[in-house]
Amino acid sequence: MLKYFTKRILMAVVSLLLIICAVFLLMNIIPGGPFLSEKAPSQAVLDALNAKYGLDKPLGEQLLNYLSDLLHGDLGVSFRMQKNRPVLTIIMEMFPTSARVGIFALLNAIIIGIPLGCIAAYNRGKWPDSVLRVVMTFGISIPGFVVATLLLVLFCVVLQWLPATGLNSWKSYLMPCFALSFYPMCYIGRLTRSSLLDVINTDYVRTARAKGLPTSKVVFKHALRNSLIPVITYLGPLTASILTGGFVVETVFSIPGLGRYFVQSIINRDYPIIMGTAIFLSALIITLNLVVDLLYQVIDPRISYTDGSVKN
Amino acid sequence: MNKKPSSLPMHVGHVDVDKVMQMNTPYSPVLGDFDVASKEERENYIPPTASVSYWKDAWRRLKKNRVAMVALCVIIFLFVACIFGPMLMDLDYSTQIRGEENWPPVWEQPTEKLLAKAESKGIVFDAWKHPLGSDNLGRDNLARLLYGTRISLAIGLVASLIVLVIGSLYGAIAGYIGGMVDTIMMRVVDIIYSVPDVLIVLLLASTLKGPITTYINTHNSWISNFLSTIGPNLIGIFITFGMLYWVGMSRIIRGQVLMLKQNEYVTAARALGASDARIIRKHLLPNCIGQLIVTTCLQIPSAIFLESFLSFLGMGVSAPLTSLGSLASEGLSGIYSYTYRLIVPSAVLSILILAFNLFGDGLRDALDPRLKK
Repeated sequence: MLKYFTKRILMAVVSLLLIICAVFLLMNIIPGGPFLSEKAPSQAVLDALNAKYGLDKPLGEQLLNYLSDLLHGDLGVSFRMQKNRPVLTIIMEMFPTSARVGIFALLNAIIIGIPLGCIAAYNRGKWPDSVLRVVMTFGISIPGFVVATLLLVLFCVVLQWLPATGLNSWKSYLMPCFALSFYPMCYIGRLTRSSLLDVINTDYVRTARAKGLPTSKVVFKHALRNSLIPVITYLGPLTASILTGGFVVETVFSIPGLGRYFVQSIINRDYPIIMGTAIFLSALIITLNLVVDLLYQVIDPRISYTDGSVKN
Repeated sequence: MNKKPSSLPMHVGHVDVDKVMQMNTPYSPVLGDFDVASKEERENYIPPTASVSYWKDAWRRLKKNRVAMVALCVIIFLFVACIFGPMLMDLDYSTQIRGEENWPPVWEQPTEKLLAKAESKGIVFDAWKHPLGSDNLGRDNLARLLYGTRISLAIGLVASLIVLVIGSLYGAIAGYIGGMVDTIMMRVVDIIYSVPDVLIVLLLASTLKGPITTYINTHNSWISNFLSTIGPNLIGIFITFGMLYWVGMSRIIRGQVLMLKQNEYVTAARALGASDARIIRKHLLPNCIGQLIVTTCLQIPSAIFLESFLSFLGMGVSAPLTSLGSLASEGLSGIYSYTYRLIVPSAVLSILILAFNLFGDGLRDALDPRLKK
């Protein structure tokens, strides 16, 4: 087990390192450079700027410098958008907003998604199941920006109930959180439904029911616990999808979070911010994936530690 | 399929088959060997039927799946509409008609101001000239919608073909060779799998645009001509798919190949001296065909999904070329006055992805032999 854990952690580190190198190389093949604007500065100014930010050194040295800075928690300073402010400070300033919306969306997806799956599974073949299946299939087919913009049309343009932009009151959280959680909610619902259907037909559930236990006890104590294992594996990709979904939702609703800032920094070609945010988000996603994977092994002892497949 | 005589159905008459088989002399029928079948035997009689091929069987099951058939019809309709639609229309997706800006769709009445403006330019307002209205540059919305659907579909198809080729070859090689090579190849897959794809897609789409544009401008060969026709951003999308999205496919195919390579026909082919490449190409991959088709089909909506996401953020196809995502993005800016410009492309996009997802699911049920009853 320890061997599996070390291997898994090592792999996470390797992927993170690879991403950092890839991001670094990508940023360097962009023509133009960050200091080219409409008002082209003179060559002397350019040289001075390049020397100041260490852009005149060979690529390998730049990468090593960047990595060692990274280990010290230094992601460089912004070139353009907030000139000379440390990227880490900017990220730390922007991230709480995104995290708040993201956590609400996460909770929403889990708290609504799992019961929806249960309702569908327990009414298999009846109308609640059919309705929910249609809704959930729609949910995983509609792109996030369509959900977000349709909500915007419905609640801001037609009904005018909710504010369109910003995060000033609890009301303004409703739409972004729902838009962000719609896809994962439907995905979790489908996952719960299919795995609950498998579990319902097992012997121990039948035994529990034959003993005369109330349905609520059978569902919550016996069936649901085991059927939630696939849902737990989805928690890693789920956080990733909520984080990246933030790009669109924050742009649509003009929320001053990290996602929107990342998109703007790409448009403005602010390298350190692009790199810093990409690395920060990748590290977050990889760490969460790792934690979920390790948790998964602890929760379900049937899983072998060597190849990750389920023993039967 | 069992051809042993002892399992012959009862209706052949009460011949002692075992006895017949033991006899050295050829069997000659005697009167009394053939009895009239009893009532029970006649009821149990199953008439011989022609054997059903894999494809016919799959098609039969697919036809029974009503949802999948409706999805297939929607897909065919959209294909036909976006291939032949622009040919039938006399308006182009990029032609800007002066004086016909912001015309409403047929279900909305034109405003007085708009009519007055058209009149002052000497243009007669005709609601059916632009059935879905025109945008703020005087381009026909229907033509743009059809063209955008075409681009979205093309991106979906090409991207999933890239995934198909890379993923199936990689997976087949890893599964076939096995051992250390397999372990290393699958570690690479694991690492790529853990990379947050959307983040990398955004990075690639934003960074590759520059170098490709420079290449197009400085070189003049068939490659640069080809690149300039499809546009730098599209290349970025395809490269991303080629780099990141094949891992799912390769895992599925590897699993299949690991199972298939145990079969006798693979051993037989090897004994006959077939090369590894030939065994993979002629024996292993064709036997994964069901998985290949289903995974490719489900890859199409995810490619369209991703492209629309990029276009929506302004990093997809470049103007004047358009896709459903960039149409929706344009629609968002005029959300208060021209809501339909957002709704229509969003609806087409959602229906397209939904249809592909439902059809792919139906196809999986039809092609997956494990679900056979």
